[in-house]
Amino acid sequence: MPIEIPKDKWPGSIKTVTIGATAAEGGTRAKSVAIGGQNTMPYLQFEKPTPNTPVIAVEIKSRKPEDWSPLLNKPWGEAMADPAEWAKKAEATGADLLVLALTLEDTPESAVKAVKAVLAASGLPLVVWGPGQAEKDNELLVPVAEAAKGEKIVLGICEDKNYRTIVATAMANGHLVQARTPMDVNLAKQLNILISDMGLPMDRIVMDPTTGALGYGIEYGYSVMERLRLAALQGDAMTQLPMLVTPGFEAWKAKESKVGEGVPAAWGDWEARAVNWETLTAMALVESGADAVVLRHPESVKRVKGAISELMAA
Amino acid sequence: MALSGIQIYKLLPQTNCKECGFPTCLAFAMKLAAKQVELSACPYVSEDSKTQLAESSAPPVRLVTLKAGTEVKAGNEVVLFRHEKTFYNKPGIFVRFKASDGDIAAKAASAHAYSVNYVGMDFVVDGFAVEADGGDFAAAVKSVRGATDRPLILIGEAAALEPGLQACSGETVLIHAATDSNWEAMAALAARYKAALVVKAGTLDGLAELTEKIKANGVEDLVLDFDTTQLGKWLATSTQVRRLAIKQNFRALGYPVFAPAYAAADEGVFAAEAIAKYAGFVVLDKFVPENVYPLLVLRENIYTDPQKPIQVQPGIYEINSPTADAPVLITTNFSITYFAVANEVEGSGLPAWLVVTDAEGMSVLTAWAAGKFDAERIAKAVKGFDVASKVNKKRVVLPGHVAVLSGELEEELPDWEIRVGPREAVDLPAFMKQALN
Ligand code: B12
Ligand code: SF4
Repeated sequence: MPIEIPKDKWPGSIKTVTIGATAAEGGTRAKSVAIGGQNTMPYLQFEKPTPNTPVIAVEIKSRKPEDWSPLLNKPWGEAMADPAEWAKKAEATGADLLVLALTLEDTPESAVKAVKAVLAASGLPLVVWGPGQAEKDNELLVPVAEAAKGEKIVLGICEDKNYRTIVATAMANGHLVQARTPMDVNLAKQLNILISDMGLPMDRIVMDPTTGALGYGIEYGYSVMERLRLAALQGDAMTQLPMLVTPGFEAWKAKESKVGEGVPAAWGDWEARAVNWETLTAMALVESGADAVVLRHPESVKRVKGAISELMAA
Repeated sequence: MALSGIQIYKLLPQTNCKECGFPTCLAFAMKLAAKQVELSACPYVSEDSKTQLAESSAPPVRLVTLKAGTEVKAGNEVVLFRHEKTFYNKPGIFVRFKASDGDIAAKAASAHAYSVNYVGMDFVVDGFAVEADGGDFAAAVKSVRGATDRPLILIGEAAALEPGLQACSGETVLIHAATDSNWEAMAALAARYKAALVVKAGTLDGLAELTEKIKANGVEDLVLDFDTTQLGKWLATSTQVRRLAIKQNFRALGYPVFAPAYAAADEGVFAAEAIAKYAGFVVLDKFVPENVYPLLVLRENIYTDPQKPIQVQPGIYEINSPTADAPVLITTNFSITYFAVANEVEGSGLPAWLVVTDAEGMSVLTAWAAGKFDAERIAKAVKGFDVASKVNKKRVVLPGHVAVLSGELEEELPDWEIRVGPREAVDLPAFMKQALN
């Protein structure tokens, strides 16, 4: 008798969220990107096909970052000083999305200028991050949201202490938000509730449950993502959102990626190790349910993209 | 399927003789069901009951142990997701050599000598595979065996493998692979040399059929190869096998899984999937430190018990032989935190006393947010470890991330000077040189 393949039947599924708007949709993007929509644990296509291919975003900054690993200067070079050039180069790696991270040095004017330049230089849908200080985020993201009205960009990073202004401007200008919580299922749920209570439709929220790098707490992020996905499939509406995580940011903070000298010989070649650190951090998160991963090195983009297409092909 | 206490009770003598140390057979049965006692504590169980109990308590994924100078265990897993309990036996990471490779002995020796430290633990490559691809296989196996005492996997056809197995007597080797066309010869070889055997087929039906036939021929230590390295298919198959074993106690597929990363398009990416998704043995194509190290770390992270963050013992640690003039640094007992700090200070050559407080294994900010790293706890550690008796100057340095604690700590430790250090450990040596003189 042939073996009966054990299939889970879930009552819930993940919402489909669309990032970016084409001309027909009221924006200027070459195409929009849909993520989410699953009704299975990641890539278990013998139960149901995975409706949308998880995507890769490349992180660029509004000005040349001083604290990035020198290894990242190699692939990006001069382009790092010019967000438009950087955006073009990032698109050429095969990225599906761009993340433009603003900095503390930005003013509302410079932030708007950078966003407009990136939107003009690349047809990819866009995520814009504030510098990560609540007041400054609000000061920069509101004018950015207004200037990019209709483009369906993702505004980040919304946390429990600063979500109000960001959500309000996303609502007013037709954008989405990235909702981040510190590695906890209930906190993620709670923030989604707070945001949707303000009136932003659920299909305009992407959830960022936070992750740690390989060797620096990745197991917490990994398990929280599995638990969030399971809760969503079991029917918990407030967790039924696609997940965006930042393995690039986390992995490039790790000493293994950042430092080339004075480290153990057993760590091996610096550059290959650094790319492995980012790629493997991202891979583990892709396996645990990431719908979008934000990366920094073109080689990692290529490897993770290859892996996702193999997972989708099954 | 594991039996309930009541089901076990029915198999016991039911005489309540108390010799097991419990007042009744039922009480003993309950403890057995909870796996808190051994069946052997009851002298009166019948042979028949013993067999039934052993059968029912066999783990859903069979434990397969490879043995040489060291051991590698795979199997005995009980969950699909690590948060449900934990994953137990870390997949063995092996490196493959081919018999036709030049200088195998030297390559094996350098891979054997490899050791890398991650938060206080030393990781090595667990074992080696040798592939019979022509050339003198016995000589190749002997070269590897001469260079390392760790378990071996031998890859090839039965006839080619035999001379290799002869070179490893007394060990438990894993041989690869029995297929639909050669299983009889492979099973005979495994039986003769008491080897564990990889069974390879591209479908679950094919695998189950083979494992049953081979088991009937007396070989029980089996390992499954799905005959693919396509990430999507491998993930689906591995998930199905784990589900069938754990949820349905489906014995024919209740074996550890073999992950031939050496055959994958992107070895690192495939090995990462294999580690996350239920592999028992991962075999790499080459020994390359920058590829092996991240995989060893990933494996450690995925197999860490979610209930017990990796921690170090609270206490006062001496770094670079501190004297009474050396500074006192405060941190938490989360392993990653402790080693981030200890490694930086040690690397700088500067002496220091490192006070590790009991923060229930949490990082600085996590512990602070959870109320496990506050002025009271820090003061308790400083007093409890009698730091004052070790130094001339009563001065402690706090992690920069918890600068807010300095006021309260001054109240808790009135005769101590409280200093706030940098936020990141990398900046500690510079701070110690400039600000602490
Ligand atoms: C992993 C993690 C967890 C894990 C715990 C891991 C663990 N065992 O500690 C889990 C998921 C369990 C967790 C839980 C929580 N977390 Co948490 N967590 C993190 C995360 C992602 C990484 C922390 C980490 O491991 N860092 C690495 C270690 C090595 O860093 P570290 O200990 O700080 O050490 C560095 C420095 O401090 C310095 N240093 C250390 N010692 C010393 C000593 C001296 C003298 C000096 C000079 C320097 C120094 O050197 C180290 C390297 O540079 C951070 C966010 C982030 N990315 O940082 C949030 C974070 C720490 N968590 C946070 C919160 C709020 C929580 C929760 C309260 C929320 C919740 N309910 O989930 C709980 C609390 C725990 C509980 N109640 O059980 C917040 C804290 C916010 C704040 N500023 O107070 C953070 C910052 C996330 C955020 N942005 O909101 N968390
Ligand atoms: S020793 Fe055996 S028979 Fe006696 S009480 Fe215990 S379980 Fe029952």
